[in-house]
Amino acid sequence: MTSFAEQVGQFMGPFVGRVPHNKQLGLRFVATGDRWVELQLPFSPQFLVDPDHGVWASGPIITLMDTCVGMASMLARGAFEPHATLDLRTDYVRSPKPQATVTARGECYRMTRQIAFVRGLAHDGDPADPIAHVAGTFMFAASKLAGGWQ
Amino acid sequence: MTNPALATLLRGPAGRLDLLPYAALLDLAFERVDGELQLVMPFADTLIGSPGRLHGGAISGLLELAGLLTVIAAQPDGEALPRVRPVTVTVDFMREGAPQETRAAASITKLGRRVVNVHAQAWQADRARPITAAHINFVLDWPEK
Repeated sequence: MTSFAEQVGQFMGPFVGRVPHNKQLGLRFVATGDRWVELQLPFSPQFLVDPDHGVWASGPIITLMDTCVGMASMLARGAFEPHATLDLRTDYVRSPKPQATVTARGECYRMTRQIAFVRGLAHDGDPADPIAHVAGTFMFAASKLAGGWQ
Repeated sequence: MTNPALATLLRGPAGRLDLLPYAALLDLAFERVDGELQLVMPFADTLIGSPGRLHGGAISGLLELAGLLTVIAAQPDGEALPRVRPVTVTVDFMREGAPQETRAAASITKLGRRVVNVHAQAWQADRARPITAAHINFVLDWPEK
């Protein structure tokens, strides 16, 4: 029997890159495990706000991380249910290397009736040397909790 | 940064923000409304996340740029401008973003020489009903004298 994580990979994987704004940025699905999701954003010069210094805008990184931890919360929920981001905090611990592909890894570390608590990091090659950390929450409709873990 | 050109541009009443590649990607323009710097993001199909809703990442990007440009516009005239980079960005999503024009503006809570604390809000038809808000701490790197 296919696990829910495999279903998420099979169905959501191709879907992620077809979401219009994700497609505009070139975001792609990499892999999913029991509790985590990995996505990637290859570099584009359109992601910069300061081309002279190679400074990235936040928007592409937040789009990547929001999508990644959103998928992780669905994975933890154990069902494809509508959900909405309540809040998301991003800490930029260092700048990405020039023209780096950014990889996001996100997980849901706690699921309640209504709220998924998520965290994740973004790196440009070495997960032990991240460029950003995120923490956030997603809201689900309380009435619909299906077999996710607690 | 393309900062001097940007600072000059922001003194005008309105304009496009294509000097910033990511602002060009979002098709952003600015307007001065009663002195306040407002960013305008027209609706486009490419901004959609969930069906019929704007992607939260695009709205967050709009908020960060509203903060960044407000910080640049607040720098004293005639000085070399710093590199401005966000260190922490916290975004609250209050209402879904409908497929229509979105505006954003930011206010500076504290304008320091090294750190600037900013609050930014995005709204659609009704300013009194913000859809998304962000608290951003920017660090300024000044060029060597």
